[in-house]
Amino acid sequence: MAKKKSLGKIRGFSIQFLPYSELSGMDSTQRIKKILNIVLGNVILIIQGKIESHEESRLIEDTMAMIGHVKGFKGIELAVISGDNDGGFFVRIRRGLINAMGGGNLGALTIIGPATIVKEIKKNPKKIELLLDR
Amino acid sequence: MVAKALKSFFRRVFSRMFGQKKELKMGFYGPPNAGKTSLANRICKDFTGEEIGSVSKVPHETRSVQFKEKVEISYKGKKMMFKIIDTPGIATKIDYEDFLKFKIKKKDAKNRAKEATQGVVESIKWLDDMDVVVIVLDATENPYNQVNITIIGNLVARKIPVLIVANKVDLRKANIKKIESAFPEYDVVGISARYGKNLEEFYESIFKLAKKV
Ligand SMILES: Nc1nc2c(ncn2[C@@H]2O[C@H](COP(=O)(O)OP(=O)(O)OP(=O)(O)O)[C@@H](O)[C@H]2O)c(=O)[nH]1
Ligand SMILES: [Mg+2]
Repeated sequence: MAKKKSLGKIRGFSIQFLPYSELSGMDSTQRIKKILNIVLGNVILIIQGKIESHEESRLIEDTMAMIGHVKGFKGIELAVISGDNDGGFFVRIRRGLINAMGGGNLGALTIIGPATIVKEIKKNPKKIELLLDR
Repeated sequence: MVAKALKSFFRRVFSRMFGQKKELKMGFYGPPNAGKTSLANRICKDFTGEEIGSVSKVPHETRSVQFKEKVEISYKGKKMMFKIIDTPGIATKIDYEDFLKFKIKKKDAKNRAKEATQGVVESIKWLDDMDVVVIVLDATENPYNQVNITIIGNLVARKIPVLIVANKVDLRKANIKKIESAFPEYDVVGISARYGKNLEEFYESIFKLAKKV
């Protein structure tokens, strides 16, 4: 596996950064499979750049197909942050993320996480902010 | 691509030959609970006397695509035939426990969740089939939701004309401006589907939208 960058762990989940170069050589089916495999492992995935909108809708379809078939899986949270938009919850952690990844202009970021974990963080956002400020 | 261009060419030629008899497929899309069915019901009621489906405060009330054919919308002397298609709300997550709050039994909640996941897949599958799409958003909610952007992105890629409806403007928390600034390239019409507010502007926008096909 190439350069996986784990940003840390809070109670049984981790954050993984995926450089676009790891997806660029793949076709849509492979990309979606890779993304879902990572997220199903209780990982919040941060992708440099964004996937195509038809891939996003495929991702939603495949996510729906897995709910009820994968134990405890309730779906995903999906956000694309491109700088000026207001993505709600995720935007607040964006600044921390950019810092944690070494700053610089990375363009858009796509964040995909298991819905159950994101719900936990929403209840206690300080936890992740602390982690990212390190 | 070529097939699609041909299809739209023939549609134009035929509709000219036979005087606009063909109905336009108008889909209602958006997140759960935004008021898609409420709006579709209003239109169908106004022009056919019948409703299209059930409305509920519990999300994912519509769990399979439902439609009504030959709905002739007429407004200020203009007339046009539509097939109205109401779709299940699209979400990235569905948790049966969220339904328990509405006093739904656990078994029914699980069943509702299962049907809802299938409904989302069906909605997405039908996107390809639409001639025009009305995105219905709850104006009291944050419009910067990736699901909205994903739906619109798919429609743009397929060159399907889009109208955005900011629904529930009767509520004090409603914020049309926020929706307008989230989607500056699109027409945004603020309405209340429940109380029938500002439907005139909506119908006017529908005719404008149909011209873009
Ligand atoms: N205040 C207010 N409530 C509305 C309005 N339109 C719809 N609602 C309410 O919002 C809830 C959801 O309405 P629906 O029409 O079922 O929404 P939907 O988009 O079809 O939802 P799904 O089928 O679950 O995807 C219901 O309780 C409606 O009464 C409106 O204009 N104002
Ligand atoms: Mg509905």
